Amino acid sequence: MVQSGELLLEAKGINLRFGGIRALTDVSFNVRKGEVFSIIGPNGAGKTSMLNCISGRYKPQEGEITYKGRSLIGRSINDRAAIGIGRTFQNLALFGHMSVLDNIMVGRHHLLKNNFLTGMFYWVGGARKEELEHRRAVEDIIDFLEIQHVRNEPAGTLSYGLRKRVELARAIAINPDLILLDEPMAGMNLEEKEDMARYILDLNEELGTTVVMIEHDMGVVMDISNRVMVLDFGKKIAAGLPEEVMADEHVRRAYLGEEDALLHDEEGEAAAL
Amino acid sequence: MSHVPHPRPCGDFRTSYSDDTSLFRTRFEGWSIYAGIAALLVAPLFLNDYYISQMLMIGIFAIAALGLNVLVGFTGQISLGHSAFFGFGAFASAWINNTTGLPVFICIPLAGILTTAVGMIFGIPAARLKGLYLAIATLASQFILQDFFARADWFSGGSSGSLAETVNFLGIELDTDQKYFYLVLFWVIVSFLAVSNLRRSRDGRALVAVRDHYLSAEIMGINLTRYRILSFGVSSFFAGLGGALYGHYLGYVSVEGFTILLSIQFLAMIIIGGLGSVTGSLLGTIFIMLLPQFMEEAASAMAVVFPAMEQGKAYIKEMSVGAVIILFLIFEPEGLIHRWRMIRASWKLYPFSH
Repeated sequence: MVQSGELLLEAKGINLRFGGIRALTDVSFNVRKGEVFSIIGPNGAGKTSMLNCISGRYKPQEGEITYKGRSLIGRSINDRAAIGIGRTFQNLALFGHMSVLDNIMVGRHHLLKNNFLTGMFYWVGGARKEELEHRRAVEDIIDFLEIQHVRNEPAGTLSYGLRKRVELARAIAINPDLILLDEPMAGMNLEEKEDMARYILDLNEELGTTVVMIEHDMGVVMDISNRVMVLDFGKKIAAGLPEEVMADEHVRRAYLGEEDALLHDEEGEAAAL
Repeated sequence: MSHVPHPRPCGDFRTSYSDDTSLFRTRFEGWSIYAGIAALLVAPLFLNDYYISQMLMIGIFAIAALGLNVLVGFTGQISLGHSAFFGFGAFASAWINNTTGLPVFICIPLAGILTTAVGMIFGIPAARLKGLYLAIATLASQFILQDFFARADWFSGGSSGSLAETVNFLGIELDTDQKYFYLVLFWVIVSFLAVSNLRRSRDGRALVAVRDHYLSAEIMGINLTRYRILSFGVSSFFAGLGGALYGHYLGYVSVEGFTILLSIQFLAMIIIGGLGSVTGSLLGTIFIMLLPQFMEEAASAMAVVFPAMEQGKAYIKEMSVGAVIILFLIFEPEGLIHRWRMIRASWKLYPFSH
């Protein structure tokens, strides 16, 4: 378990608003290199919004996100792959008509050098050689996630559990230092969840990838995370070791739906109720 | 597009990654293509002018249709201005030849490159627009270019059109259909190889990724704007190349030939052939080019049986072309290539296909 280590990702005072809706209010946290960090919270708590801020889809109005000591705010989304951030999506986001192999090869996009011209002349200009080298790396990922048997199937024809795995494979193909997983186990049965948990741990331990994960399955979260952060109504209500977080009174209230003074301290609504 | 199994025959194993990424999925497929090319190489010696000119036209239009398929089939964008780029290639090649005196066989690819630049400029709206809105934006490019052809006397000769020299390749004057056929065949093979290679390399995959899920494509490090415009560029290159070949074949280029009707015909070719399929572009072109002639024959034959039809023969032909296309889209919406894959699967997997 990673207790101390250098910071990989740090978010400070993130405020994200959509018109009058405050999706995230003053959220700060940090992720250390090599840990599995989970973000949990009830539906609509702002978990995916937080992930979207990191991956660049949303731009917070206030706050600062630094990754490896450099600011992430204002960098374009397609820079993320090159600096080592990969992610998967809550709703499947595979390239449905492409084969599984091609899907994963797209993850190598920023590592490949050939362009449309050298690609068209495939045999001369080194595109072929480069493609084959990266094919080897992709096959390693395919072995790692045990999806050899569907290699050539179009991604859109696979079962839900397999698609989630292919999406993970595609994110791994980026060679990320930080991987953002948005509900990697949603809609899976127990066996698939166990497999997925094993893959995430392997990814973390063997490849040394730092994982930031959103997950609803408390069992999984408690078992595999090093640290957990809890969001509710866009506010951070607890953070720390899994056991500490589970024991936290605010977290219990959030999940049981009880009123919590912590969420209303600014407006003073709690006093009125 | 729905998936049709395409198993390899027994004993045809792939033991290296380079084998597995080869263009032809089976050895038989490869040999059939080589045999087909060999047959085409000797075809001018045996076939009469009519067949050769038909094959020539199919080749020229197939190159342009292939370009449109990169845009529509690969990248999932739409263009209603493809014939304007086709026309631009034809005028550009004649213009380069007439002003600089470069040999025509060099002017033809140069015209393609010039059309690429123009296509990328007209592709800029694609950075922001999608679907029907993009269709309207490309419709504008059709009319802008058509107007440009009619007015820019220096470039296109205006309303009088411009003359396109015959091709002289290393002292051989390609003045007959038989000789010109080889030039077109060369460019058809080069274009189809290039696009097949594109499909299995980095940028081709990126184009398809942009079509299938642009949000995750962006996370994978694909610059959406760049690839959307690139797709217009590649598509215009083949349009321009096809147009240049067309211009030098006819010897005379005039603005009337490149209307929106032809743009729609190009769309029909790739939809009927199969969106996103390289082979489908060729099949669709053959279908669209030969259907009217086939229907003409059929209508004439009917008129012999039913003399009363003699007068309305021309209308019946036009109507039946339309009817065949409609029926085709209802019963085979995924194109000829899908039908071919089904036939291939049912014959390979017999009796276990379904």
